Amino acid sequence: MLGTSQYPSPAILAEAFRKSAASVATVSVRREAAGAHAGEGFWSLVRDLGVLVLPNTAGCYSASEAITTAKMARELFETDWIKLEVIGHSDSLQPDPFGLVDAAAKLCRDGFKVFPYTTEDLVLADRLLDVGCEVLMPWGSPIGTGLGLLNPYGLRSLRAHYPDVPMVIDAGIGLPSQATQAMEMGFDAILLNTAVAKAGDPVLMATAFSRAIEAGKLARDADPMEPRDMAMPSTPVIGKAFLQ
Amino acid sequence: MKILINGLHKDVTAQKLGAILLEAGYGDMRVATAVNGGFVAVEQRKEFEIEAGDQVEIVAPRQGG
Repeated sequence: MLGTSQYPSPAILAEAFRKSAASVATVSVRREAAGAHAGEGFWSLVRDLGVLVLPNTAGCYSASEAITTAKMARELFETDWIKLEVIGHSDSLQPDPFGLVDAAAKLCRDGFKVFPYTTEDLVLADRLLDVGCEVLMPWGSPIGTGLGLLNPYGLRSLRAHYPDVPMVIDAGIGLPSQATQAMEMGFDAILLNTAVAKAGDPVLMATAFSRAIEAGKLARDADPMEPRDMAMPSTPVIGKAFLQ
Repeated sequence: MKILINGLHKDVTAQKLGAILLEAGYGDMRVATAVNGGFVAVEQRKEFEIEAGDQVEIVAPRQGG
């Protein structure tokens, strides 16, 4: 999954998408000036990408604001998918768990397929699944920081508690190696934006992420070895020449 | 009457949301609307009454993460 924001140009956005092999584009809704037609131009660009569209409720600080935004997005993008963001803290941009569950419950009842931007909190995950979410989108670290997976223990725990729930690491990924780490943990997908769009060469970075995500998935599927504390020779000991 | 459209004060003569969109220059643009924080679907706009002081939000597709 790849965001559509902050690219140097529409052409670079389109080329980054092609190189990323992303199958989903995240989008938003914002105020439109009369006669501006900016939205139509952008929508045309996204349609030409040939990918699924996941609108977000970015910037919403209350459940009611997020619900109205989701409904406007559903009408504009003609999809029931919504990446639900209810922000609770303006510095960390961490989700408001109470508003998130409230909005998710109402949107699920209204027929939306809700992709909640959440944390690694198990209780919150439980509540979101209870109200009808079928996917979880835990953060790796705060939005736009590029700090990677700040709480690997918590993310592993979340993955282990809900092995059958599709999970996307949303937010905080800055480097391909961090995406590989998340995929190796068993997450199903990565949502990227800033790490690609703000790279010096977004198209090259999109290629790097594509390969890193594939590598992580392959490694997970290959069933990695268990780490151990004691050293163990990989070369056979039996048959070594006696040279003293 | 005076209303707010996307945070800006506007003086409009029309009373219904659909007509106000035309009067404000939105014509047949691909937009979604909300009034006083509540969603107004495209099929409701023609009959949706607007009152003085109402806050109308008009949005379109944009980049997002």
